[in-house]
Amino acid sequence: MKVLICIGHVPDTTSKIRFTDNASKFDKSDIQFIIGPYEELALTRLLDIKDAGTDLHITAVNVGPVETEATLRKALAMGADEAVRVNAEPLDALFTAKQIAEVYKKGTYDFIVTGKESIDYNGGQVDGMIAEILGIPSIPSASKFEIMGSVAKAEREIDGGKEVVEAAFPFVIAAQKGFAIDPRIPGMRGIMAARKKEILVFEPSEQANITKIIHHYLPEAKSACKKVAADNVEELVRLLHEEAKVI
Amino acid sequence: MINFENYFDIDTLLSEEHLLVRNSAKKWVSRTISPIAEEYNRLEKSMHSFIKDLGEYGFIASFIPLEYGGSGMDYISYGLIMQELERGDSAIRSSASVQTSLVMYPIWKFGSEEQRKKYLPLLADGSMIGAFGLTEPNHGSDPGGMETHVTETEGGYILNGAKMWITNAPVCDIAVVWAKNENNRIKGYLVERNFEGFTSPETKNKWSLKASATGELVFNNVFIPKANVLEGVSGLKGPMMCLNSARYGIAWGVLGAAAACIETALNYSLQRKQFRKPIATFQLTQKKLAEMTTEFVKAQLLAWRLGILMNQGKATSAQISMTKRNNVFTALTIARESRQILGAMGITGDFPIMRHMMNLESVITYEGTHDIHLLITGNDLTRISAFY
Ligand SMILES: Cc1cc2nc3c(=O)[nH]c(=O)nc-3n(C[C@H](O)[C@H](O)[C@H](O)COP(=O)(O)OP(=O)(O)OC[C@H]3O[C@@H](n4cnc5c(N)ncnc54)[C@H](O)[C@@H]3O)c2cc1C
Repeated sequence: MKVLICIGHVPDTTSKIRFTDNASKFDKSDIQFIIGPYEELALTRLLDIKDAGTDLHITAVNVGPVETEATLRKALAMGADEAVRVNAEPLDALFTAKQIAEVYKKGTYDFIVTGKESIDYNGGQVDGMIAEILGIPSIPSASKFEIMGSVAKAEREIDGGKEVVEAAFPFVIAAQKGFAIDPRIPGMRGIMAARKKEILVFEPSEQANITKIIHHYLPEAKSACKKVAADNVEELVRLLHEEAKVI
Repeated sequence: MINFENYFDIDTLLSEEHLLVRNSAKKWVSRTISPIAEEYNRLEKSMHSFIKDLGEYGFIASFIPLEYGGSGMDYISYGLIMQELERGDSAIRSSASVQTSLVMYPIWKFGSEEQRKKYLPLLADGSMIGAFGLTEPNHGSDPGGMETHVTETEGGYILNGAKMWITNAPVCDIAVVWAKNENNRIKGYLVERNFEGFTSPETKNKWSLKASATGELVFNNVFIPKANVLEGVSGLKGPMMCLNSARYGIAWGVLGAAAACIETALNYSLQRKQFRKPIATFQLTQKKLAEMTTEFVKAQLLAWRLGILMNQGKATSAQISMTKRNNVFTALTIARESRQILGAMGITGDFPIMRHMMNLESVITYEGTHDIHLLITGNDLTRISAFY
């Protein structure tokens, strides 16, 4: 069985966010990039399924410029079998989804896995768009995933409960918290093996972006934390009431 | 908080792969070791139970070739792994150092092909725990004077004597033991756990490396088959080459402990108020923080440069000795200064500083004491031995 997993290349959550070009562009200098946490869980689950005996060939895909190869390399070190990079700036969700759909069509994949959203722009649209473009089922925000013979079973958190979904292959599934417990840590042998794995580079198909970011705003700086002694409940209540004005 | 560990942009001296190695080890330590380090030390529970994990992730045997179960990585990767392990606790780093540099290294370098095939894969995946026996009750800094010896017998040798202060002795499955033969030459012998006459009592009541099992290796007429002799080396050169590799790892390892102390002290100084101001406001606190960070960065650059020389096969024993001495001393000084910044809080187990400080008291003693390393550099500069 072959799976395509979409790997987001996102700033480390502790990064200091800055913008350039009149706040229309994100300043990437001095930023540490990581695999999107949801994609990391998704890949971990796929590797667990593979380790449990399912014959699964995992291709990691990213739409991005050459610097995202470091992130793909990490996916390979975790255990993905190969990687594909579509050589383009991922300008908006539709553009990205179209590129991934193209990659899907070039191979013989049985399903596609994404994270529920990228943790930088939080669009949460790519998975649904890919499914639409390809005309296949989409399972958004899944917190559990299993392959059971010719179908896949997933669990989704819904308001006040859980939903269990089944889909026949092929489909697109987006992972959220719960998909796997702890993200897999690449071992040293995995890191060495990744050296020999290939990152294929595809040029993008021509479709351009249909949305454009014109401005970013940073949230107002948070004021410093106030620590209240554990036994001083009165002071805590006073601060919440008089200063934070939330109670 | 400022990333003081990258103050001189050392990350750009590392490859993408090195960064992956460091991040993996760091993540594993923060997930597995840091949460239990305090408890293990308090209860004197040995961290050798994590050797299987170390094997699974390849945090041992990193520079041993793939064909023997290692990862075939370079010395910078080895150093970075040691750094991250020791950020957790010196005990886990000590286990990894012993297993990789003091047990696997001599079997790889001085052992026969049969010995390599028999032991290395099991040591690499952590299913076997190794120990290294050089120090004796009467011979620490002066291992050349060792009394442990063998006499030849049919099919092998009879080993007698005792080693002391041996990391992982009580829990080892195999020990690389250095002993004199009848010609007074030092050779290495592979002693297996089930060999008759071999015992390994634990040394209790340590105030340092409390989460590492330390003990004796006692040999009472232990028969060693010929197949268990490391034929590839004789003389003190054998154990000294192992120590070179381990000392190099220590030079990196202690950076992890030092970084944990600086990070804790810096954070604390920004939070803790006295005289209505964070104590970080005071010049004397800032002097401590500034000096600690400066020394840390210097030690870091020294370790990195030594790693490059190790990769090129050009590092000398004297360079390794200097780096071990400097970096351990730096880390210990940083631990003591950091502890002061925390005041009374610094002595509690709520923060890792006191634990690191106590551990580093062993690290500054084992693998050559601070003073012995000074004599090594002195000897190298003057060509005059001041050891005796
Ligand atoms: C926790 C721990 C784990 C250890 N693990 C191992 C292990 O796995 N394997 C192993 O073989 N050993 C191990 N050791 C032993 C360690 O290597 C020795 O303790 C060390 O070499 C010092 O020897 P010593 O303790 O006998 O001190 P001594 O040699 O007795 O030294 C005592 C003092 O005298 C000083 N001194 C000695 N000679 C001179 C001189 N010529 N000039 C000036 N000063 C001198 C020393 O610097 C030191 O300050 C371990 C030690 C500890 C504490």
